[in-house]
This record gives sequence, structure tokens and C-alpha cells, in this order.
Amino acid sequence: MSIAVENVAYTAGKTIVVDGITLAVEQGKVLGLLGPNGSGKSSLLRLICRLRKVDSGIIRLAEQDIAAVPRASLARRVAFVEQQATTDTQLTVRDVVELGRTPHRGVLSPWGMDDDIAVNDALARVDMAHRADQFWHTLSGGERQRVHIARALAQTPSELLLDEPTNHLDIQHQLEILSLVTRLGVTSIIALHDLNLAAMFCDSLAVLQNGKVVAAGAPQDVLTEDLIARVFGVRAHIERSAVHGRYNIQYAMG
Amino acid sequence: MALTIAAVILLAIMISFAVAIGEIAIPVSTTAKAVSNRIFGTSFELNRIHQGIVWDYRLSRALVAASAGASLALCGVVLQAMLRNPLAEPYVLGISAGASTGAVCVMILGLGYGALTLSGGAFIGAIVAFLLVGVLAAGAGRSSERIILCGVAGSQLFNALTSYIVTTSANAEQARGVLFWLLGSMSGVRWPDVYLSVPVAIAGYLACLFHARALDAFAFGTDAAAALGIAVRRVQVVLFGITALMTAAVVSMVGSIGFVGLVIPHAARFIVGPSHHRLLPATALGGAMFMVFADIVSRIIIPQQILPIGVVTALFGAPAFAIILFRARRSV
Repeated sequence: MSIAVENVAYTAGKTIVVDGITLAVEQGKVLGLLGPNGSGKSSLLRLICRLRKVDSGIIRLAEQDIAAVPRASLARRVAFVEQQATTDTQLTVRDVVELGRTPHRGVLSPWGMDDDIAVNDALARVDMAHRADQFWHTLSGGERQRVHIARALAQTPSELLLDEPTNHLDIQHQLEILSLVTRLGVTSIIALHDLNLAAMFCDSLAVLQNGKVVAAGAPQDVLTEDLIARVFGVRAHIERSAVHGRYNIQYAMG
Repeated sequence: MALTIAAVILLAIMISFAVAIGEIAIPVSTTAKAVSNRIFGTSFELNRIHQGIVWDYRLSRALVAASAGASLALCGVVLQAMLRNPLAEPYVLGISAGASTGAVCVMILGLGYGALTLSGGAFIGAIVAFLLVGVLAAGAGRSSERIILCGVAGSQLFNALTSYIVTTSANAEQARGVLFWLLGSMSGVRWPDVYLSVPVAIAGYLACLFHARALDAFAFGTDAAAALGIAVRRVQVVLFGITALMTAAVVSMVGSIGFVGLVIPHAARFIVGPSHHRLLPATALGGAMFMVFADIVSRIIIPQQILPIGVVTALFGAPAFAIILFRARRSV
């Protein structure tokens, strides 16, 4: 397993945010993390890249307990794209993507060829190479998200964690970003709100509710009308799409 | 690189002017001879008064001005990066207010029974204030807004304490001395101050430069920095500690001097951009030059009188800051 989460619990103040979650992602596969607002998706991602410490349970990357991995080596492996991280500093697109090389560089080591290649490659992959010199604060929300993903790619991670990466993106870029991530061959966990996009792009899904996994497995097994009614409180009709062959969810009013 | 060399040369020129300019005009050539006599053991024939003024008063003063300016500006750039707040500067953590209270305790209340100098009192006050704000911030949740609010609360508390002591215990002459000191003064500076001020500035600069990449990584916040492999807690402790020590050292020697820590980093960012590998040297040199300049102005703007240097830095700093803000706005 590339990422294995075993019985992990996390409490913020007195609120139980993650309540005994167990899940696993195979090398190179994409796991979609679904669930209503406040179900623990963001917190789980933060625990996996150790921005928060687990109260109990173990998280392993390639069989290694992340609690024992130094922060810099962890950052050479795992890249994390936060929701709506922004800055007031006058950075260019290239400056932001270059930050992704931080864990790969020693304190005194100069900028190298590897770094240039990784940055240019990452910029090209999100289609922002021609705008590398543009200032961050002049970008739209969707462009900022693409630059964040480029920054994460410049980290050349073997595991990629994305917290609602398609927020603020128009539909073209939503599809582009998700197909880009799924084609990378990098083990990824993506927190998503759009069930249809999750069904289209993810190899497997895990549905969270109140900090617990209530369903996990292949999209066709997880996304049932019953589960959607129970977890999200909406009536849905599910059928296989004639266009892409994946599951398609239609919501019913009332 | 060329810019750095040019700035270093410019700083050297400004320091020589700072030594040459004053109530008694001393030619730059005499200055050079006097310095050479002391450093290289040459024996140029010089007026002994000139020799004394150059070496014991003006050169030490110019060197302290330069190193204090560099220290304060460095503290500003580090705090602005770590707290992600363009208004952060050394005094935001309550350090200078604490230093003032410490100095006043020694000067007016006679705390320390004569064993404690004014500078010593100021230094202790600064560290106490920093620790208090640190404890407050730890209790309040460590977000940058909270840290700044705790700093503001700490500053208010210590300023109130200072005012309380001055109004209840000081005589008129003491009050005047305190006021002068609160606005910053270079008049008491001698060589022993140089031996503290210059090493503090250089060591602080090197420590900040060592963390340049970490400072860059704070651009998107502490979580983003941690996700990039920065040991956030350790870097925060080290860099907040360094800024506290640098500010305390400066304030204990020359009083509280505002605006250097705020304005210089913004000006430097405007010239060399946001990358800390370039920004830190630019800020340190800019702070040094600005302070030497301010010291010259404070001595010559009113004949026969020396203005508190904090008044000069604010008088030049505030409009300069406004210009930077307007120009930055236009370029967006």
C-alpha cells in the first residue's frame, strides 16, 4: 500500500473530528474522499501529511509510520494542495511553483538543473508556462488553483493530497485538473464535493460522515441511492452514463 | 551582487560623511587619517581634539547607527514574513515598550541597586515583555493575527506602566531624560556599544540568512510552510527569539526608534523583490544606510541642537512609506 490509514482518531478541542478511520490507497491509484461539510475530509488530509498529529492510530506511507519520518523527507514524498491558500506577497507564478522545490534543497545548495526542470515541467502540465512571470494576485481563483497544483507537482511527490482542488474552477478546468491528476500515476487522495466527478475520475471512493468511514470501495459499489440519501440527505437516481461509461448521478428535487 | 557591492560602498561613504559632519566640521581627509592612526598605527600629525572626536564620538556613533539600523530592519522583514502581516515590525511584539519600562524602572525607581545599568534594565524589560507576549500568544492560539493582538496588548500594558512610573515618581529633569530616551538617542553611544551592536547585527543577519528559504516558504501560511518540509515550530522559536534579542540589544543602547523596521523592508522588497536571499542583505544594508542618514540629519537640521533620532526616522519614514504604498498600488 502506498498510503495506509489505520484506525486513526483526531480531536480538535473537545470535538471528535476523525473517529477511527481506516483506509488504504494502492500505488498509483486515486482515492476520492466524499462527505458533507464538516465530515472530516480536510482534517484527514492534514493528518496524512502530518500538519496535525493523530491522537491515536497509525498512518503509513510505503509501510513506514509517518510519525517517525523527518518533516523534510516527508515533504519530498507527499505534496498537499490546500483550499484557497493565498498570499499578500508580490510573488510571480514561477516564484510560487519554485516553492515546491523547498524540501529538495539544502540550506546552502544553489538552485540546480533538476529544480529548473521540475518547475518548468510542472508549469507546462497545468498549462501556465506562458504566464510564469505574471503576478499571483492578478490570477483568477481557478488559475491560482492550477498554480498550487503546479507547486505540488514541482515537489515531485509520490503521494499527492488535494483538498477540493476543483473549487472555483470552471467546468473545463475542473475536468482538466482531475484528468491531469488521475493521469499522473501518482498515488492521490482527493477530497471532492461533486459526486459525478468523483465517479468519473477516482479508482475508489471513501465516504465520510461525522469523522467515520460509512462506505468505501469502487465507485459503483459505494455510490448507491440509499447511501446518498443517508449521508447527503438528497434523493438521487443513478445510472451508467452512455457518454463515459461511469456512474452518473441525477438529483431529484424535494 | 553588483547592487550589494554598490550598497556596501555607499554605506562606507555615508559613514565617512557621518564622521565628517557635525558641529565641528572635520574634513574627510582628516577623518581618514584619524581612523588610519588608530587602526593601522600610522602617525599622521593631527589635532588631538579632532582625533578624539573622530574616533571616540563620531565613528563609534556611526557604526552603532549602521548596525542598529540593520538589526531593526532585519527584525521587520523577518516578522513581516512570519506573521504574514505588512505592518509587523519589532515593536509589534511589545519589545520596545518592555524595554522602556525596564529602563524607567532603573532610571526612576532605582531598581537593581546600582548594579543594573540603564541598558541592562532595558534589555531585561525587553526580554520580559517578549516572554509575556509569547505566553499570551501561546494561550490565545498562535495564529498571526492573535500574536499581533497579543503584542498590541503587551505594548499597551508596558506603555501604561512606563507612564505610571514617570507621572508618579519622576521629577521634571528625569521625565525629560525619559522622553528623550523613548524617542531614541545616539548621544550616549561609545565604543563598548559598538562591540555589542555590531556582532549582534552580524550574527542576527547570518541566522536570518540561514533561514531565508524557510521565510520564503511562509508566504502561504504556516500549514503551507510545514507541507513544504519546514519545521515551523522550531523556525518560529528561533526567529522570534533572534528578533527579540536584536531588538532588545538595539533598544537598550539607543532607545526606541520607530519606522526603520516597518519602512525599510517594504522599500527593499520594492527594489529587489520578495525572495529572502536577496531581500535580507538589501534590508540590512538599507536599514544601516537609513539610520546613518537619519543620525546625520538629527545632528545638523537644527543648529546647536540634536533631535531625537526617532523623530527623524519617523519624519522621513512616514512620507517614504506613503510613497511606497502609492507606487505599489499603481503597479498592481
